Amino acid sequence: MLAIIRPDGWNGPLLVHVGGAMALVGALVVVLALGVLPAYVLMRAGAEWIASEEAVGDEAWVGIGYGVSEAGLLLILVATGLAWRTSRRAAGSPGRAVAVIAGVLLVAYLVAIWAMTAKPA
Amino acid sequence: MSLYEWLLFLHVLAAFLLVAGLAAYGALVLGAGGAAARRALAPPAMALWGAGGIGVLVLGVWLALQVDEYALWDPWIIAAIVLWLVALAAGGRLSSELREDRPGSTRLLLAVMALATFALLVDMVFKPGA
Repeated sequence: MLAIIRPDGWNGPLLVHVGGAMALVGALVVVLALGVLPAYVLMRAGAEWIASEEAVGDEAWVGIGYGVSEAGLLLILVATGLAWRTSRRAAGSPGRAVAVIAGVLLVAYLVAIWAMTAKPA
Repeated sequence: MSLYEWLLFLHVLAAFLLVAGLAAYGALVLGAGGAAARRALAPPAMALWGAGGIGVLVLGVWLALQVDEYALWDPWIIAAIVLWLVALAAGGRLSSELREDRPGSTRLLLAVMALATFALLVDMVFKPGA
């Protein structure tokens, strides 16, 4: 119904908008599936390896690292699912949610980098 | 937080920015986005690579001066500075090739940047000769 009553002048901008959103989300799906998830596996395997070598205890910085890693994996999986869903439906709000999750992840990773380097007690 | 912890945190953060810039350059060179993608990705790639590059050098030298066990003439630090020069020179040339839109040796330059950055990471972790 909306397509029938939409003024003709809106079609061009709408096409650019939806096409841009599809390209954005499509790129995000590729980046998440081919880049972020394999990098996560590499990071986590390395974490377990160095943790076993160093025999670290339950220090705060280790807990922060594991917390960010595990919560981050959940957010990555949610973001990947949302990006995949949005790429199939060209809907707007899940795409925005993916961008918000990416922002949250960046802040969390900043905290993790701080914890790994400053090693707070 | 002590000065050493701040310097280490910011040095590592700068290294992350450098790698983020490398990833953006990778998407630019290896992706099939065309001119529009180049226009969108080139400025953040240059900014991340430049800020990360300057950050790792300045903060790394500061760290070396701050820590008694390190000296600027340690082999691993000299190696790091040489690798930094190689990476940044390749990055500068790649950036100008992309800016002038002349597809010359962009893939080779990207490979040099990636290899030099990886070698920098290995050098920083293993500190040969330290």
